[in-house]
Amino acid sequence: MSIVEANEVEQAAVESALQRFGQEPGPLLVVLHAVQDHLGYIPTTSIPAIAERLNLSRAEVHGVLTFYHHFRTHPQGRRVVQICRAEACQARGGEALEAHAKQCLGVDYHGTTADGGTTLEAIYCMGNCATGPSIRIDGKLHSHVTAARFDKLMATRGTH
Amino acid sequence: MVTRVYVPKDSTALSLGADEVVAALRKAKAPIEIIRTGTRGMLWLEPLVEVETSAGRIAYGPVSADDVPGLLAAGLLTGASHALRIGKPEDHPYLKTQQRLTFARVGIVDPSSVEDYIAHGGYRGLERALTMAPADIVKTVADSGLRGRGGAAFPTGIKWKTVLDQNEPQKYVTCNADEGDSGTFADRMLIEGDPLTLVEGMTIAGLAVNATMGYVYLRVEYPEAIDTLRAAIAAAYKAGYLGASIKGSGKCFDLSVRVAAGAYVCGEETSMLESLEGRRGEVRVRPPLPAIKGLFGKPTIVNNVISLASVPVILERGADFYKNFGVGRSMGTLPIQLAGNLKQGGLVERAFGVTLREVLYDYGGGSASGRPIRTIQMGGPLGAYIPPSDFDTPIDYEALAAVGALVGHGGIVAFDDTVDMAKMARYAFEFCAVESCGKCTPCRIGSTRGANLIDNLLAGNKPAEQRALLEGLCDTMLQGSLCGLGGMTPFPVQSAMKHFPEDFAPRGRH
Repeated sequence: MSIVEANEVEQAAVESALQRFGQEPGPLLVVLHAVQDHLGYIPTTSIPAIAERLNLSRAEVHGVLTFYHHFRTHPQGRRVVQICRAEACQARGGEALEAHAKQCLGVDYHGTTADGGTTLEAIYCMGNCATGPSIRIDGKLHSHVTAARFDKLMATRGTH
Repeated sequence: MVTRVYVPKDSTALSLGADEVVAALRKAKAPIEIIRTGTRGMLWLEPLVEVETSAGRIAYGPVSADDVPGLLAAGLLTGASHALRIGKPEDHPYLKTQQRLTFARVGIVDPSSVEDYIAHGGYRGLERALTMAPADIVKTVADSGLRGRGGAAFPTGIKWKTVLDQNEPQKYVTCNADEGDSGTFADRMLIEGDPLTLVEGMTIAGLAVNATMGYVYLRVEYPEAIDTLRAAIAAAYKAGYLGASIKGSGKCFDLSVRVAAGAYVCGEETSMLESLEGRRGEVRVRPPLPAIKGLFGKPTIVNNVISLASVPVILERGADFYKNFGVGRSMGTLPIQLAGNLKQGGLVERAFGVTLREVLYDYGGGSASGRPIRTIQMGGPLGAYIPPSDFDTPIDYEALAAVGALVGHGGIVAFDDTVDMAKMARYAFEFCAVESCGKCTPCRIGSTRGANLIDNLLAGNKPAEQRALLEGLCDTMLQGSLCGLGGMTPFPVQSAMKHFPEDFAPRGRH
């Protein structure tokens, strides 16, 4: 996809989100969710358009976009691995899993492997607290993730 | 003959392979109808497969996809014996002694079916509420003694009365489902297993205060719950239980799900309102209270999922029925969540008054690792660490407060004796630094400074001075923070230092 085409895709996603949700009361988070659900991220170039249409300042849109951990302004890797860092998972060996995953992928949290294949993210609780350590890979939740099981999950779900 | 088989689609069950079990059942082409439910809450037995037989539902678990052919051959569909056979779930010791009021239907019903909900006693509370004056509904909730189950334990009836008393045409009911505390999953489990109870509770709240619009602010980390709740709301609209005229009563209530965006601080009520309005989730200075000026400046109920989901049974059975569970000023039941290093993690709904030791050992079965339990943290990342010497404390708001702990949202995380309490104390600061909204200085700066002080202390860098600074910092955060995030982060830190001083001895350079 050329840069021009990519821009068009982004603009269309933003336009569609604004059309669908721009009239909701307090719409900014709803619109941002819709853009990210569509594109996988929220391009910073869309801030002026969103601000103008929702009658907000650019600073307000930027402020919201950067406040929430869920929103991101750049694409992630083809596969996203989220590791729970919260206490209940720590109590079941979560820390060892974190170290193993970082070493195995060669990246820290928020990092993407050099080939753009896998992004590693920290997450603070997925409500799966009795059967940890817990991770989510591309939206699918897994329990009892030891280092060995992590390797198996990574191997069965494509290369990184 | 087609046999009904129930397989949970609760997140934990899915994470343990419930979908794969369903695929294996379908592949076997047995004469079955598969119904997806929530979980019963015995999470170490998930995926728990139940089969409808003439003797009632018979459970098997934990079932893996590989077990399915063998189970079918052994006579799964007639409830025959097998190594994985649990028997009737309600006869299992874990469930038999529970007092399930709020979670009565979770794990049993199809979460998206209004018909199934009604067949299991749903919407009786709303039917009663539709015949009552708003003030009488509020009085019933007040008389039940229900206190906010999200953690603050504020009497629900008083909050509702304040909203009712406001003379404003537009009011709101908001449900705080931003359950971010580690070790808590009751909101998720209820929404995934019996979301219509929450929908009914919010509808009753709307009738009670003359509010016509409700929002559920639900965590983005709970995608399965978002889908289930949206499906349940759509089903309730279709069946006439939401919308312009609830069951032809002429009374209106609309309900919508708003997805959060991963900010822990939005579990605090005023930052949740900011977020619902489309802004950064920064804490508001109170007064005014949300009950007077809340969402979009209008009078607003802000209640946790479990508080609202406890309302239908209170309206159905009456205030006295509910109040008679519990002890002292802690009335009714509490869904206790057993998490972390426990053999039998899950959800235990009991009247207030059950002791920590009972839930940890009788239900939880002790640690999963087999090592001694060294400490527990109750009430999420801002809850105190409790030593075994306090395990005979009954779970009620006042008794736990007396030992410096809190009920919070009822989640308990157990740690075995390999836990490093200095690390946990440091983590409390680190978490606060990640999640601080930045509005007040004690929280924004104090959290990072606190982590540094613990590093210095452990490095043996003038430890006495670091200790004094740490005490002062905790005091500043306790007294000077705008909300509970900064104001309660000292609880885990101070309790860890008090009960486990040996872990804070200087370790030299690492």
